[in-house]
Amino acid sequence: MPRLRLYALALLAAAAVIIPGAVAPGARSAIPRIASTHSRMEGDAAAGQAVFLARCASCHGEVGQGTALGPSLIGVGAAGADFELRTGRMPFGGAPGAQAVRKPPAFDDPTIRHLVAYVASLGEGPSIPEPRVQTASVPSGQRLFIANCAPCHGATAHGGAVGGGALAPALDVATPVQVAEAMLIGPGEMPVFSGLPQGQRDAVVSYVAFLQAQPNPGGVSIGAIGPVPEGFAAWVLGLGLILIVVLVVGHDWRRGR
Amino acid sequence: MLTWIDERLGLADWARAGLRKVFPDHWSFLLGEVALFCLVVLVLTGVFLTLFYVPDATTVTYSGPWLPLRGQTVSAAYDSVMRLSFEVRAGLVMRQIHHWAALVFVAAIVVHLLRIFFTGAFRRPREINWLIGIGLLLLALAMGITGYSLPDDLLSGTGLRVIYSVVIAIPFIGPYLAFLVFGGEFPTSEIISRLFVFHVMLLPALLIGGVLVHLAILVRQKHSQYAVPRATEHNVVGRAFWPSQAFKSTGLAILTAAVLALMGGLVQINPIWSYGPFDATTVSSPAQPDWYVGWLDGALRLFPPIEITALGVTIPSPFIPGVLLPGIAFGIMTLWPFLEAWVTGEHAEHQILDGPRQRPLRTAFGVAGLLVFVILTLAGGNDVVALIFGVPVEAMTNILRVAIVVVPLLGFGLTYRVCTEMRDARAGIGHPRMVRLRRTSAGGFEEDDPD
Ligand code: HEC
Ligand code: HEC
Repeated sequence: MPRLRLYALALLAAAAVIIPGAVAPGARSAIPRIASTHSRMEGDAAAGQAVFLARCASCHGEVGQGTALGPSLIGVGAAGADFELRTGRMPFGGAPGAQAVRKPPAFDDPTIRHLVAYVASLGEGPSIPEPRVQTASVPSGQRLFIANCAPCHGATAHGGAVGGGALAPALDVATPVQVAEAMLIGPGEMPVFSGLPQGQRDAVVSYVAFLQAQPNPGGVSIGAIGPVPEGFAAWVLGLGLILIVVLVVGHDWRRGR
Repeated sequence: MLTWIDERLGLADWARAGLRKVFPDHWSFLLGEVALFCLVVLVLTGVFLTLFYVPDATTVTYSGPWLPLRGQTVSAAYDSVMRLSFEVRAGLVMRQIHHWAALVFVAAIVVHLLRIFFTGAFRRPREINWLIGIGLLLLALAMGITGYSLPDDLLSGTGLRVIYSVVIAIPFIGPYLAFLVFGGEFPTSEIISRLFVFHVMLLPALLIGGVLVHLAILVRQKHSQYAVPRATEHNVVGRAFWPSQAFKSTGLAILTAAVLALMGGLVQINPIWSYGPFDATTVSSPAQPDWYVGWLDGALRLFPPIEITALGVTIPSPFIPGVLLPGIAFGIMTLWPFLEAWVTGEHAEHQILDGPRQRPLRTAFGVAGLLVFVILTLAGGNDVVALIFGVPVEAMTNILRVAIVVVPLLGFGLTYRVCTEMRDARAGIGHPRMVRLRRTSAGGFEEDDPD
C-alpha cells in the first residue's frame, strides 16, 4: 500500500519535471514590428485655446503662464502637451503635489491636436518627435537604456521607486512617440534627456519597443525586479510547497497524527 | 554475488543495523532532509552547468541569438552563460532550477536550524553537530555568494563591488585582504576564475564532507525526540529506516526535486540578458543580493554613514554593519549551546526535546533574533518594499530604523509572556486547566488527551 502511493507520487513528480522542461522557452529573437499610429495632422490653436480656458487655465493660468497649482507651459512645446494629454496625465486630477499618473486620455484625438497646437503656440519648445524604431539599433539601445533609464525604470522596464515618493512607471504601454517625448521633456521627477542625439534617442525607443514586443524567456516573470521577489517566491512557492509535502509525508496516516 | 561482497567486506551487520535505525515520527524531523535533497539537486544541475561555463573574464563579442546583446562586448564568462541560457538544450531550465534550488536550499537550512533551536536539540550531547550545522550554513552562504557572481552580469558585478567595499573597510587588514581575494583593485580580471574554483571545488568539497560528518554523527548519536508517549532519555520511539522511513524519504526527495523543477521550468529567475554584461562604469538598480545576503545589505543601508575614529584609526562606515554585525550574529549563534548551558547551569544530557513554550527565555531570544533578521532583510529590499507599499524610500528607511530597535524588543516581551502563560497554564498554575476538545463523528465533543 505505501508502495502504491509512492509510485503514484513518483509518476506525478516525473510529470511535473518533464512538462515544465518541455515548455520552458528557448532562445527567441523575433524582430519587433511596431506600427506608428500617431496622427500627424496639425490642430487648430484657436479651438485649442477655448478648451484650454475651460479645462486647463485654472491651474496653468489664462495664457499658460503658470499658477500656484500648475507650472508654466511656456516652452514645453508640442511634445510636452502631446505627452501629458495622450498619457492622460492632464488635466491633472490628483491632490496638489501628487504625481501625475497615466490614465485613459480625457479628450478625443482632434481636441488633443487643438490643445497641442495652442500650447505649442505659447513659446518655442520641442515639437512632437518622430522616432525611427529599428531592429539594428536595439543593441546600442540596450546599453543606453541600462546606463540611463534602468536605474529608475528597472532593467526590464517594470518600473521602480525614485526618491521623494515618486514612482517611475513600467514602460509596458508607452508608445514609441511617448517614450521619445518623455526623454525630450522629462515629465515630473524624470530628468530631461534632450542632450542625447536623435540617433541614440531612437535606439532607446527601439529597445523599449523590443522589451514590449518580446516575451521574456524563462517562464513567468515575477515582477522582473530582481532578487527581492525571487527570494519571496523561493520561500512562499518553493519552500511553501515543499513544507506541504513534508506535512503530508510526515503525517502518520495510520494513527491519524 | 551479495554474499561474495559480504564475505569480503562484512557489511551485512552494518547494513542490518542501518536499516533498523529508528526515526522519530514527526514531520519536523524531515526539514533537514529537504535541505539535503536540495543539495543533491544543486550538485546534479551544477555539474551540468559546469560543462558549459567558461570562467574567463577576457572580452569577446556576443554573436548569439539574443538580439539586444548582438555585437556588444561581453566577458567570455557572460557569453558562456548566455549560450547556456539560449543555445544549449535545456540549459535555461537547468540554470533556473540550480538558482531556485540554491534559494530554497538556504531557506530549508534556516527552517531546519530554527527547529533545532526552538526545541533545544543542540544541547548536550549534540553540540558538535550544532557547530557543524552552523559551518554548513556558512558554507551554503559562501556557495550562494560565489555562484551569484559567476555569470558576470551587471547585477552580480554590483554585488561584488559591495563585497569589495566591505572587505576593504576592515581596519588594518582590509586593503590587504581585498587585494589578496580580488587580486588587485576592483574590478579585476582574476576574480571570476577564483570564484569559480571556490564555487565548484573547494566549497562543495567542504560542504559535502561536512554533510557526511553531520549525518554520521546523527546516526552515531541517534535521534533526539519529542516527549511522545513511551519516549524516555534512553530510547528512541519511531519507525525503522526500512521500510517506513525509506519510503518517506524517497517520496520527499522526489517531490522536492519536482517542486524545484517546476519552479525552474515555469518561473523566471535572474534574467542576466536584461541586466546586461558587467561594466565597471555602471551600477544596476534596483540592485539586491539573493535573499540570504539581504540582511547584510539591509544593515549597510540602515546603518547611518558615520566614520568612527578611535586610537587614531578611522573605521570606515561599512565595517560595523558589514563585518562586525554578522560576526556578532554568527558568534552568538555558534556559541549558543555553551552560553545557554553556562547561564542555566544545565549540563546534563538531553535526548527529549523541549516544546518552545517550555523555555520562554530561549524562545523569546530566538524570536527577537529572527525579527532582527527579518527587518534587516526588508531593509535590504527597502526600495522594492517602498514601491510595493507606496511609501517614499527615505521614509521607509526611517521606519525600519525605528523598527529594528522596537520590534525585536516587543517580540521578545510578547513571546516571553505568551510562553510563560502557556507553560503555567499547562502546569495548572494560577489558571483553570486547559483542555483540548475533539469533535467526535457523532457531532459531540470529547476531551482530547494532552499531547
Ligand atoms: C488641477 C490642476 C491642473 C489642471 C486642471 C491641469 N494641469 Fe497641467 N499640470 C498640473 C501640475 C501640478 C503639473 C506638474 C505635475 C507633473 O509634472 O507631474 C502639470 C504639468 C503639465 C504639463 C507639463 C509641464 C512641464 O513642465 O513639463 C503640461 C504640458 C500640462 N500640465 C498641460 C495641461 C493641459 C493641456 C491641461 C488642460 C487639459 C492641464 N495641464 C490641466 C496641474 C494641472
Ligand atoms: C530619475 C529617474 C528616472 C530616469 C533616470 C528616467 N525616468 Fe522615465 N520616468 C520617471 C518618472 C518619475 C516618471 C513619471 C513621470 C510623471 O510623474 O509624470 C517617468 C515616466 C516615463 C515615461 C512615461 C511612461 C508612461 O507610461 O506614462 C516614459 C516613456 C519614460 N519615463 C521613459 C524613460 C526613458 C526612455 C528613460 C531613459 C532615457 C527614462 N525614462 C529615465 C523617472 C525616470
